[in-house]
Amino acid sequence: MGDRQISNIQPSNSGDTRGRGSSSTLISFDNVSKTFPDGTHAVDNVSLNVEPGQFMTVVGPSGCGKSTLLRMGSGLLPVSEGEVRRSEGNLGYVFQDATLLPWRTVQKNVELFCELRGLERGERRQRAKDAIDLVGLSGFNRHYPAALSGGMRMRVSLARSLTLDPPLFFFDEPFGALDEITREYLNLELLRIFAHAGFGAVFITHNLYEAVFLSTDVLVMSSRPGRILKSFQVPFPYPRDLDLRFDPAFAELTGEVSEVLRDE
Amino acid sequence: MSARHTSSRLRSSTYRLWAPIVVFLAVLGVWYAISLSLDPDRQFLLPTPNEVIRVGFLNQDNLFQVLEGLLWTVAVSMTGLVIAIVLGMSSAIMMSQAKWIETSFYPYAVIIQTVPILAIVPLVGLWLGFGFTSRVVVCVIISIFPIITNTLFGLQSVPASFHDLFTLHSAGRPTRLLKLQFPNALPAIFTGFRISAGLSVIGAIVGEFFFRKGIPGLGRLLDLYRARLLTEQLFTALVFSSLLGILVFWGFGFIGRLVVGKWHETT
Repeated sequence: MGDRQISNIQPSNSGDTRGRGSSSTLISFDNVSKTFPDGTHAVDNVSLNVEPGQFMTVVGPSGCGKSTLLRMGSGLLPVSEGEVRRSEGNLGYVFQDATLLPWRTVQKNVELFCELRGLERGERRQRAKDAIDLVGLSGFNRHYPAALSGGMRMRVSLARSLTLDPPLFFFDEPFGALDEITREYLNLELLRIFAHAGFGAVFITHNLYEAVFLSTDVLVMSSRPGRILKSFQVPFPYPRDLDLRFDPAFAELTGEVSEVLRDE
Repeated sequence: MSARHTSSRLRSSTYRLWAPIVVFLAVLGVWYAISLSLDPDRQFLLPTPNEVIRVGFLNQDNLFQVLEGLLWTVAVSMTGLVIAIVLGMSSAIMMSQAKWIETSFYPYAVIIQTVPILAIVPLVGLWLGFGFTSRVVVCVIISIFPIITNTLFGLQSVPASFHDLFTLHSAGRPTRLLKLQFPNALPAIFTGFRISAGLSVIGAIVGEFFFRKGIPGLGRLLDLYRARLLTEQLFTALVFSSLLGILVFWGFGFIGRLVVGKWHETT
């Protein structure tokens, strides 16, 4: 139970003297490392900052400590070395599994976080309804998760986090288990919501096309222990559409990212 | 195509209805054959089905005696079951909250389950007398274990990622128990109820073989009819005790489907 406590997060205050990032920085990892009690060295000396409006994707081979990074960022896991500072405000966190409570309807699932945060009933109903509309699931409020497709469940999971209007979102391979067509569609949907809700994001995937398509920044991580090998700025303006994937510049950038991964 | 599908479904559903009836008729036939082949002075060992119905069901005095016994057995077993549910669930909840409680007490729950009930019954009688209380206690002892194990399993089988969600939103223990662990446990809890309901009926009947004070329930009647060679009534009591067992099993299955059927596939 001990490592479930959020103990290592210190919200950065306005008098931030560390000098890394501006006062609006949503989250900063300063030389963060993680070694598990069994000796596994999962993450090695990672530093990164996420500013508002940034969509940062971390790509890397499976088992490279990408998820560990997010778990440390959220406070679910304590860091071994270094420091994580997160600005005030809620954190949106979408897991690879939609983690919907099977005994709750879509509406009730989306209300869950507001409920845990103690919002009163009318308020949380309204917020849930708005979020469900935003992810395009109007009319499914009374369905149970078992009756939904994988893609719809992910959208419910996203809606659930949106109710708290978080300035920062973590996505831990949310579309990893979906088929390619659904994934492409949800990539577009996610960008639409990103534009609408205006959060900063850390997105984890092992799909290079998805990484470049979604992001403002792509970080390439090495295999275990995970280090940041290289970071790329993605120059394409938003809104993006699927045709971008056939743009030569897009192919060139994904090629470069792929090369860094392959050399590793 | 769809018509053929429907007709094959129809055939299979009528088949499901007819097959058990055919078996029933076959058993009835064998019963008659054996019964009628017995010497008339030994026919009390297996009276014909129509004798059973005439003496055991159509004779009002006999029937009422069995029905009154049934009522008492229902009272004993349901009281026992309710107590087992309350005690079993609260101990499972406590065990789920602290590992040391589970480690200290769970072995004894297993022991209660494994010690033959017939070995405990004489002690219960010595301590608590030979009436209603003792019968209920036997019911509780015999039916509490499935409730403890199933509830505990359900409370502990919440996926780790669900716990993460609640941790992220700083949910305390009571919230976690109420909104996560308890609903997650409901299907398992109802499985436990179903098993225990059947066991508590058995407990009530077994208890009465030993505790002879008070108004006779089905268990005492079974013993009485056996001793007096009243085979027809013995059959009546037997039919009602198995009907009671089936009814509680089915009843809890039904309530379980009402409560969790919308989101959980019950078996």
